[in-house]
Order: sequence, then C-alpha cells, then structure tokens
Amino acid sequence: MTELFAFLLTGLTVGFVYALVGMGFTVIYNASGIINFAQGEFVMAGGMIMVFLLAGGIPYLPAYLLAIGLTALLGVLLWKLTDLSRDSSQESLIILTLGYAIFLRGAAEVVFDKELHTLPPLLGEGHLTILGATLSYQALLVMAASVLIVAGLWFFFRRTRTGKAMIAVSLDPDAARLMGISLKKIWVLSFSLAAAIASVGGILLTPITSTNYEVGIMLGLKGFAAAITGGLSNPFGAVAGGLILGIMEALVAGYLSSEYKDAVAFVIMLLILFFRPGGLFSHRGVQRV
Amino acid sequence: MRALARRWNLRPALGVTALILALVPWMLSNDFYYEIAILALFNAMIAVGLNLLMGYAGQISLAHGAFAGLGGYIAAILTGRYGLAPLFSIAVSLGIMALLAYGLARPILRLRGHYLAMATLGVGIIVSIILNNEEELTGGTDGMSVESFSLFGHTFTESWEWYLLAALHLLVLLWLAQNLIESPLGRILRSLHDSERAPASVGVNVARYKSLVFVISVVVAALAGSLYAFFSGFISPQEAGFNRSIELVVMVVLGGMGRLYGAVIGAVILTLLPQLLTSFEDYQTLIYGAIIIGVMIFMPKGIVSLFDRWRRRG
Amino acid sequence: MLEIRNLTKRFGGLTAVDDISFRVAKGHIHAVIGPNGAGKTTLVNTISGVYRSDGGSVWLDGADITDTPTDQLVYRGICRTFQNLEICGGMTVLENVMLGFDRYLSKGLWPTLLRSRRLLEDERRYTERAMHLLGLIGIRDYAHQEARNLSYGILKKLEIVRALATGPELLLLDEPVAGLNPRETAEVAELIRTIVADEVTVILIEHDMRMVMDLSDRITVMHFGKKLAEGTPEEIRNDPEVIEAYLGGRR
Repeated sequence: MTELFAFLLTGLTVGFVYALVGMGFTVIYNASGIINFAQGEFVMAGGMIMVFLLAGGIPYLPAYLLAIGLTALLGVLLWKLTDLSRDSSQESLIILTLGYAIFLRGAAEVVFDKELHTLPPLLGEGHLTILGATLSYQALLVMAASVLIVAGLWFFFRRTRTGKAMIAVSLDPDAARLMGISLKKIWVLSFSLAAAIASVGGILLTPITSTNYEVGIMLGLKGFAAAITGGLSNPFGAVAGGLILGIMEALVAGYLSSEYKDAVAFVIMLLILFFRPGGLFSHRGVQRV
Repeated sequence: MRALARRWNLRPALGVTALILALVPWMLSNDFYYEIAILALFNAMIAVGLNLLMGYAGQISLAHGAFAGLGGYIAAILTGRYGLAPLFSIAVSLGIMALLAYGLARPILRLRGHYLAMATLGVGIIVSIILNNEEELTGGTDGMSVESFSLFGHTFTESWEWYLLAALHLLVLLWLAQNLIESPLGRILRSLHDSERAPASVGVNVARYKSLVFVISVVVAALAGSLYAFFSGFISPQEAGFNRSIELVVMVVLGGMGRLYGAVIGAVILTLLPQLLTSFEDYQTLIYGAIIIGVMIFMPKGIVSLFDRWRRRG
Repeated sequence: MLEIRNLTKRFGGLTAVDDISFRVAKGHIHAVIGPNGAGKTTLVNTISGVYRSDGGSVWLDGADITDTPTDQLVYRGICRTFQNLEICGGMTVLENVMLGFDRYLSKGLWPTLLRSRRLLEDERRYTERAMHLLGLIGIRDYAHQEARNLSYGILKKLEIVRALATGPELLLLDEPVAGLNPRETAEVAELIRTIVADEVTVILIEHDMRMVMDLSDRITVMHFGKKLAEGTPEEIRNDPEVIEAYLGGRR
C-alpha cells in the first residue's frame, strides 16, 4: 500500500511536468496549427538558464523571473523565425521546429556546457510523510505550482479577453480575424506563453532530476505524448494526459520493469492514436477519412 | 511517354550518377574517405526509399532510422548468434521488416500530418528503447559487433569492394525507383500527396497503396541498415535512435521532397557535413540545427529547386 | 438502373438525408435539386460510400450496393465528381486524367519495377485516349500544365473528364457548374449531353435551375433532407410545394 502510494506520488510529480510541457504544445497548436517540437528545449532552457544565473551570483527570485522571461523571449524568437518561413506545409513546419530543437540543444552546449547540473531545492531538503510514503517539499512545490498554472490558464482562457480571443482563433482563424483579432499577436503570445510554462516546469524539476543540455528531448516527446493522450485541441486534456502518463510510468517502473518505463508514454500514445485519435476525451475521430 | 515525364527527364541522371560514382574512388585517398563515401551511399539508399514515402506519397515518417537500425540488428544477430550466412540473414531480416511494416501500415497510415509524425516517432522510440534494453540479444547501449560479410565464400574486406557493393545497390535502387515513379503505380503514389479523395473516386484502394509504399521504404531502409552493419562491423542503438530518424528526414527535405536525386544530394551533404564540421567540434549541433532552420525558411523546396531555377533561366 | 430505397443519414441530432427514395432509369439524366442545406451533397456522399448510411439501401441493377466504398463502386461502373474540387494539384492535367484510367492499367509491382513492355504499351495507348478526351472538351492545350496553376473552370471540366476516364455507366455529378460563368456552364451542359448520348446515366446535383430544367429527364426535389417532390421538369416547375419551398428558401 505504502509502496503503491509512493509510486503514485512520484508519478504525479513527473506527470505534472509532462502536463506543463503538453499544455505548451496545445497552446501553440491551437493558436497556430503548429506542433512545436522544441517544446522540451524550453524546459531545458528554463532549468539551465536558472542554474547559470544562480552560479553567476544572481539571487533566487530575480534569477527565477529572469529565467522565465528569457525563455519566453526565446519563444518569441522562434515565432519570428517561423513567420519567415514561406512554405507552410505540415512536413516543413515539423522539420523546422525539429531544427529549432537541435539548434537550441547545440546552443545550450556552447553557451552553457555538457555537464549535469542541479539546483538547491527552493524550500530546503525536507519532506512530508503521507501514509508512509515520502514526498519532498520540492515535489510538492512542482505539484502546487502546476496546479496554480493550470488554474491560471483556465482563468486566462475562460475569463480574459485575450484568452478568449486565443480560443476563438483556434476554432476559426478567419472568423476571428474578421472580428478584429490580430492573429500575429495571438501567435506571439502563444509561443511565449508555451515557453514560459515549460520553463517553470524546467526550473522546478531541476532540483529533483537534474538537468543538462539534452534533457529536453525526452521531456518534450513525453509532453507531446501527454498532449495527444488528452487531445491536442484541449490544453486541459494535456494535464489529464500528463498525469496519466506520469502515473502509469511510475507504476510500470515500480512493478514491472524500470528499463521499459520510458516506453510507457509512447505505447499509451500509440494506443490512443490508433483507437481514439482525437484523444481520451473526444467524442469523434479526428484526422481520419 | 509525355504523361510520365516530370520536370526533369530522369534517364540521363542515372547515367551521370553512375559516372560520378565511378570517378569518386580516385578522390578517396585512404580508408577513412572510403568509409565516409560508403556511409553516404547507404544513407542515400535510405533517403531514396524514404522519399518515395514522404516526398511522393506525402506520408511523413520519423521512424526510418529505427527501421534501418532494427533491420541491421536482426541481420547481425542472425549471423552472429545463429550462424546464418550473411546473405540469408539479410533476406530474413528484410522479410521480418516487411511484415512489421505491413502490420503497422494500416493503423498508422490512417493518421495524417502531425498525428502521423507522432505515431511514427512513437514507434521509432519504442524500437530504440527495446534495442537499448534487450542486452542479451543486442548488447544494450554499448552495441554489438557484427561478423564480417561474405558472399559465396568471398569475404568483403577491402574498402573498394564495399564501395562497389554500395554503389551498385544505389544505382539499382535508383533505376527501380525511377521506374516506379514513372508508372501508373507511381502516379497513384503522387496523387495521395495531394488528395486522397481523388484517387479513391477513380477506383484506387488508397489504404493498400499507402501500405505498399510504406513497406517498400521500410525494406529499403532495412537493406541499407543491414549492409551498413556488416560493413562497419559494429552496430549500436544510436543507429536506430530518434536523432538518426530526424537526420534521414532532413536528408530528404534538404535535397528536395519528391525529387528522386534530391534525396541522394541531401544524403551526401548531410553525411559529409559532420566531417567538415569536425574542426568546430563544440558547435556541431548548433550549426546542424541552424542549417536545418535556414533550409526550411529560405529553401523549403530543397537544394534541387536551385537547379530548377538555374535551368529555367538558361 | 439505380434505385435508392429509404436512404437515411444522420449527423448527431440532424437528419441530413431523411428517408429518400427514387429510381434512376438507364440513360436518363436524373437531377436532384433543393435549396442550400437540403442534403443534396450528403445524399451523394452516402450513395458513393464516403459516408456510412444510417438506414435504407442503394441498389444497382438489382444488386445491393449500400455502403460500398467509393473505390469499389468504380469497378461496378459508378463514378462521382466533387462539389469542392478534388484534383491533384501537383500533377499535370494529363496525369489527372490518366489517374482516371487507373482501373485499366497494371499496377503490379514487378511489371512496374522492371518496366514491362505491356505496361509501357498500355501507358501510351491510354495517354492518347486521355489527350483525345481532353480535346473533346477543349482543354487539350493545358495537358502538360500543373493543375494547381489552372483556373477553376478548367479544373471543373477536368474533374468530369477524369470521372469519364473510369468508363462509368452511372456518373454522379455534384454541382458540376457551381462557380462557373455562363459560357463555361453552357459548355459543361453540352458535355453532359454528349455523355448521356454515349449511354451513360447521370445523376446531376445542381443549383442552376435553368440548366436542370433544360437537361433533366426527371427531377427529385429535396428539402430539409426529405423528398419534397419528383417528376418531369414540367411537373416540377408547376408544383406548388416546390415553388413554396424555393420562395421560402430565398426569403
């Protein structure tokens, strides 16, 4: 029982990070129809920038804000590049964003280094004991921050003018433009928002799992799997998707095989794509003829 | 045959390619150069096969690295562990890969665009995780050594022998691919790229031809992957990894999607690139990424499109 | 030749095709008309296997062909065109027509890869026929141009030619003149007459009232998914219900 509970807690912690990455995917996808394969690199960038800002002697809070801000700026930069692209076929865009991912990885190698880095836990090394299972303060922080971000985004999309405009764009870009919504603004916003969300995930996760220039690959792909599992058209589906993947992964690692834990997310994603391509929560098939 | 003639007549291109392949060995002054040339030829084979799927039929695959690598592993294991003759183990490997591709084709190729990209990516990653973890069979992350390649009692040891083998394979493949493209079957494949309803409305069983081209491209990848494994005498999970799959896709796109010789040019450039960049060791990934971004932004139709422009003017 | 019995198609709560029945006689032009949203295109899509029906059946010369996939219908002599063009833009006009001959051409892997003589011979023969067809409707000059660069009018004609290439006995034309100018409309009408003269039966889904009245042997009128009336052009013209539906539809 305690064991199961411990696995669930681990799964939830990681699951929330997948959820944050997955939400970033859906935010950009809904605003622009682009799948940004560099989403995982935003996570990496957040963590790495934070590490090096702290190492440069900048205090925690300013470093934190600066890391998020710089990553968001990176998002804007990627949008600017995407905007330059003349050919907008889906294949080209997929490869373009894969190019971003490789470029950012290469840049991290050069600007920072290839070493493994970690951060001191924000609330110290302490932990809670729940039903015999331990939960570090940092993991708790990951969950709390994720819940806050999800709630914030919910508020943003449902209650604010800009958020509603983003939803409108995803439903019908032409109609939205006719209503006076600036598509460019929405696109820039979606890229920076997705980058910012991911960077928070990266910063909070670093004390738990450490980070290096390559950490974004797997996180990005699993975040994508989370988004597919929950349904690409729905940011909150990605949260559920992320949590499901995180928990399943932890359970497989705990009870079956730790070697194959990385495959879990992709197996689930494939099953979803084969049998319910619109995501777990959809009523109808998508992208089928 | 006007109906089948594309912007370029492909026939002379095959002759030119053969001529270039015959001349290249004079530039290969040592075994290291040979090694790179041979790798480029095998890459070109995979890219030509992948181009049939991606460029012509319009179905993206982010798993072809995995298919090539898995094909190589199967052939290597059959020879190394079970003592099968290399030729026979390659044949078995291709058979297995064809079946695998056929089984995957229906559920996967029902998807399109991003969903198809993601599904193939998922398959590729699962394959690479399996190769990494089944240490008993594959040697795990460290990879495994592969027996030397022998054919009818003759063992391939010299670089030039391998070069010849690879070049012949590529030429035959190009000839077959050309015949395929310039045929009713090729016309169906190209129609899939633009609209699936159009071919269906004139009696084409769309799913069947998508499966066919998928199987063909996987078999070609597995063939090149197997031969390369025997050539290098070693195979590791990197050969089947996500980055490898991306690299192959970039070859096709860099050269020009849906252009037969574009894939060859893309493969050659992308194989040489890391060699040219060795002096910038730390910047290699960065430059590689920048090239992909630059090509996609400024030359989305690939390098071959530059020749088109030049030709139109001339 | 074709009989539709109580065909029904629902989308969620909406019944787009509601219990439609009619017979199409061989060699006839049978038009299906109705105001926008009457379910005409859904009817075509359900007959041609794009959508799965929710009730009723479709019979061809006494054989049940309900829910047969589009591609298999071609082998039973039924071919369709699309209201919104489905042309392969990256291929030339000629290649698009050649695609229409697909059922007559060998796609065997070995003959293809080894470039068999028969394959080449067939290809040349059918290329000639394709050029002939293109000549008949006056777009031969565009044969070697990429379809994506051509005007809507040419592509509309091209789609009919491509359908003809399959050698159909029954042709379903979904709004073949929508978006065409009067001259092009007249040309397409003429083309449809020629097609029927060759003993091809036509089901014509159309908006253009004048063309329908001129061409059709029989007309079925749809309204909100249901069959409102059926008869000769003369009968339809004078049917008070039809007049009401059309005037009501325009209000």
